[in-house]
Amino acid sequence: MTVTRDASRIAEAAHLSPTEFARSIRRLVLEESKRANVGHIGSALSIADILAALYGTAVLRDGAGQSGERDRFILSKGHAALALYAALHLQGCLSREQLATYCRDDSLLGVHPDRALPGVDFTTGALGHGLSYGAGAALAGRMLGSDRRVFVLMSDAECNEGSVWEAAMFAAHHQLSNLVAIIDANGQQALGYTSEVLDLEPLAARWKAFGWEVEELPGHDVEVLAARFDSLPAPTGQPHVVVARTVFGRGVSYMEGQIKWHYLPMSEAEYEQALREVAEG
Amino acid sequence: MRRAFVEGLADLADADDRIVLLTGDLGFSVVEGFARRHPKRFINVGVAEQNMVGVATGLAEAGFLPFTYSIATFSALRPFEFIRNGPVLHDLPVRIVGIGGGFEYGTAGYTHHAIDDLAVLRTLPRLIVLAPADPAQARAALLATWSRPEPIYYRLGKDEETLVPGLDGSFELGSLTKVRDGTDLAIIATGAIAAEAVAAATLLEGLSAEIHIAATISPIARRGLIDILSRHQTIATVEGHSEVGGLGSLVLEVAASRGLPNRVVVCGIPPAKAFRNGGERHLNASVGLTADRIAARIRKSMRALH
Repeated sequence: MTVTRDASRIAEAAHLSPTEFARSIRRLVLEESKRANVGHIGSALSIADILAALYGTAVLRDGAGQSGERDRFILSKGHAALALYAALHLQGCLSREQLATYCRDDSLLGVHPDRALPGVDFTTGALGHGLSYGAGAALAGRMLGSDRRVFVLMSDAECNEGSVWEAAMFAAHHQLSNLVAIIDANGQQALGYTSEVLDLEPLAARWKAFGWEVEELPGHDVEVLAARFDSLPAPTGQPHVVVARTVFGRGVSYMEGQIKWHYLPMSEAEYEQALREVAEG
Repeated sequence: MRRAFVEGLADLADADDRIVLLTGDLGFSVVEGFARRHPKRFINVGVAEQNMVGVATGLAEAGFLPFTYSIATFSALRPFEFIRNGPVLHDLPVRIVGIGGGFEYGTAGYTHHAIDDLAVLRTLPRLIVLAPADPAQARAALLATWSRPEPIYYRLGKDEETLVPGLDGSFELGSLTKVRDGTDLAIIATGAIAAEAVAAATLLEGLSAEIHIAATISPIARRGLIDILSRHQTIATVEGHSEVGGLGSLVLEVAASRGLPNRVVVCGIPPAKAFRNGGERHLNASVGLTADRIAARIRKSMRALH
């Protein structure tokens, strides 16, 4: 499959408000995960509003484009790639037909994002790598005299990985103020709640102790997130982390906060209900 | 080897501002010259090798040529998955520099003995894996490869003095270098232990050994190996590395895949973790990686054959 950026494919983005952009991400996530009969639905729904704040606004400078000066976005929690594909489609980077190749044989759209796909700079899937990539990308930007920013979206459980804290120390020490980490803090991981598996709290205080400028924001308020992302970098000289408090499976009542929706695909009845709720949400 | 390499790197960095040297807080008396000459492109990332490779991946994606430096176990094994998913998967020109192969860190113990790095790294596609035999070859290997598009692993020894007779600082990527002619058998050696292999050839009492240096572990020097395997029935491989998965395994794979009936005497480190404490020389002797023990194994093998 050849994927090229084609302005004529910009289907919906032009006239979608950021909130509608998020709703469209959710709808596309449901449609494609149902068609492909795969899981990771709850994880993708969890970040729909964060992605809408970045891709459904003017925040991410030339986000899906090819210019060297563009802001970088790294989906370190790669298992939620379907939500990113939906955002890239809504931006006009992927056609609906291309999005419909998700999880098909020979598609570039796998469960985890592949840099062969335009709009994806780093292949992810193994947790704990993205923040180091981002730190390198941010350092490179500074060494090149570029004002590009690097956004890295991680899961909260990803902070179980020691490598995250290696990267956190590095970014703070080198004052990589052009680096922004966003933590999708939905409190869940594959087999349980983070509080039960390996407690992360006080998460914000931990990042602060590592030398980051920290704030906690409501992770489903697109306007608040977009305004904050747009204002970065802050003048403090520190890297910035947004602990985005989210609800796993957000928008589909029977998925919200339910561990099993990390893995399960939807039945027909569940799918119909989910579509209805997302459309009304 | 390591000083020759880093000095060469500092020279290259004079002319190419893409070169960045990252260290995992190691390289006392080795990296200072680079740091002094290129302070903005020298970064001690701290004792954090996973992040070092991740940061190098981010730098390389933006167009830099990052070199990561540490003891081989820490630069290659600790961040193995970062190497695999970063520079290898992204096809980016990150250079992993691993110091000390085999027992070179002697008394430091098993944690510092890189006896499995070649085996695991040569499984990675398009990663160039190099183990030069002496300082002159290390410098030549750097000059021949530093700007290539593939990721590279350089396994470098600590000995800055010993030169392999006949090698004369020659290096060609993907090729073996012949340092001595012979008619009865061939010896193929890689890395700093090659000097022992060359010395072993002088102790063979009437047997004439052709000797090759295999500084390139990956990509396999297939053509050269097949030529040697075709001309000699007995091959001895010598490496400061596990007998599992390294040069010996590589030669056996090539021989078997071509249906060649060679006898391959693999002189390496047997799989074990209960090595005695001691210096490099003592440890090498304990596994037979000295010139006289290598020669004895070869003689015994040749006798058994006839």
